[in-house]
Amino acid sequence: MTSDVESVVSRAKNKRNLHRQKAIQVFGYILVWLCGILAVAAVVWIIGYVLSQGLRVINLEFLTTRPAGGVSGEGGMSTTIVTTLYLVVLTIAIATPLGVGAAVYLVEYAGDASRESKLVAFLVKAARTGVEILAGVPSIIFGLFGFALFVSYLKLGFSLLSASLSGAALILPTIIRTSEEALLTVPRSYREGSLSLGATKWYTIFNVVLPTAMPGIVTGIVLSVGRIIAETAIFWVTLGGSYHLPKSIMNSGRSMALHVYMLASETRAFDKAMGTASILIITIIVLNLTINIVSRRLTARVTGKE
Amino acid sequence: MSNNNNNNPYKFIVKNLEVCYGDFRALKDVDLKIRSNAVTSIIGPSGCGKSTFLRAFNRMNDLIPNVSNKGVIKKDGKALEEMDIVDLRLSVGMIFQRPNPFPKSIFDNVAYGPRAHGLKSMPELEEIVERSLRQAVLWDEVKDTMKKSALALSGGQQQRLCIARALAVEPDVLLMDEPASALDPIATLKIEELIQELKHDYTIIIVTHNMQQAARASDYTAFFNMDEDRAGYLVEFGKTSKVFTYPKKKLTEDYISGRFG
Repeated sequence: MTSDVESVVSRAKNKRNLHRQKAIQVFGYILVWLCGILAVAAVVWIIGYVLSQGLRVINLEFLTTRPAGGVSGEGGMSTTIVTTLYLVVLTIAIATPLGVGAAVYLVEYAGDASRESKLVAFLVKAARTGVEILAGVPSIIFGLFGFALFVSYLKLGFSLLSASLSGAALILPTIIRTSEEALLTVPRSYREGSLSLGATKWYTIFNVVLPTAMPGIVTGIVLSVGRIIAETAIFWVTLGGSYHLPKSIMNSGRSMALHVYMLASETRAFDKAMGTASILIITIIVLNLTINIVSRRLTARVTGKE
Repeated sequence: MSNNNNNNPYKFIVKNLEVCYGDFRALKDVDLKIRSNAVTSIIGPSGCGKSTFLRAFNRMNDLIPNVSNKGVIKKDGKALEEMDIVDLRLSVGMIFQRPNPFPKSIFDNVAYGPRAHGLKSMPELEEIVERSLRQAVLWDEVKDTMKKSALALSGGQQQRLCIARALAVEPDVLLMDEPASALDPIATLKIEELIQELKHDYTIIIVTHNMQQAARASDYTAFFNMDEDRAGYLVEFGKTSKVFTYPKKKLTEDYISGRFG
């Protein structure tokens, strides 16, 4: 044993070997740096290209006039901005209560219920697995589901409502999972403190647990907003593609992402597709910055480090 | 006997109490009477069921799955099982081992209990909050910063805030689970002084690891130990002065003189 150790030490002391080790070190360092730079460069290049192409067509007129349709892709993008906003608000309004409610059930109630009955335990486990699987399902599958159920079977047609319901199904797993994780980080001592004051479980959840979990829940919701803004395929088969402004939730419409797709694939106005894409990218970047600021603010408030 | 609570010398009467978690028996055959308006300390080595015993008084053990109780605890002559759980917890406040203020403002923490029970009037809430904070000897330190987060307070202040929060729902009993174990000596002393103040109006049961604290702060002492089957049981109960100077049992003497535990 000792001789082995000595030989290792002596080998390490060997100068040529030391040089090689150093060379490998430097090589590895450069390699890792290159990977990092390449990854960042790719993103910067894509964004830069889209913005440089797109910003040329963007002006107040492009933003405020409605698309005129046709193969030449006349007009601006005003209605698609408004439609995207409608779509986001409606989808979040549907998905948030369902998702947060499901997470509250899974974290606060399912444990007790599972111990009471084997059937409930099985159902809860199935629900958890279901959420996991749904999170990985491609969005077009949700689109086909939405088309079959909402558009055709329930006869809601291509409409904001069909699109929002399908979109809600798409983002539910995200909202449930982020909310669940946020609820699990709430210390048990908060719950005990509240219950020991004679507060009911319901009161405890609404007044201590949910407010404490709020930063995590909000992060999940904002991530989902980004998803809704970016998704195309699912809304192609549920929202339709009308470039008119939807007058009610039963009307068809066209979100920004859908507008990019349609301009690029069905018209000659590739520059306008780039313009719309630029607005889309800027929206997503602003949204991500907002997540950071909001979640930091909320966390500061919850942890008392204001 | 008289039903008049004021003349009742005993707040709680514990008879043959046994608490099990599933198959595990945590506490067995406990018989005890807790004096009104006095401090009763519960001492004993780790794992002897002290906290389990304490949590039986506000039925906090009910939160734990598979828990089962035998025997009976009567509060002012009424069995706890027959009381409404909300009424019980309103009258039996609890202070935890680690200060656990909610991530809310100081005011909202103290007002939490009264609000949970439906009080909305701001002047009344302000009155309750001030009174409770004064009782917990915290008012002077926080009266100008009521809107600040409770989590910005020091550990000792947080624990006194938790006491104020418990007092705000006007209990007649305070359960304290090692309330000073996470605090520095000066903060600990403040809590002990506070306990002496509060015992005039409240019945206090305190679990402690700290022998000196039990000797200093309590009127009665219950010493618990663990059996071979790891079930906790009551070894000795009596006036603190007696238990600490003339323990009846050898085991008690060994424990308080630091020979085990």
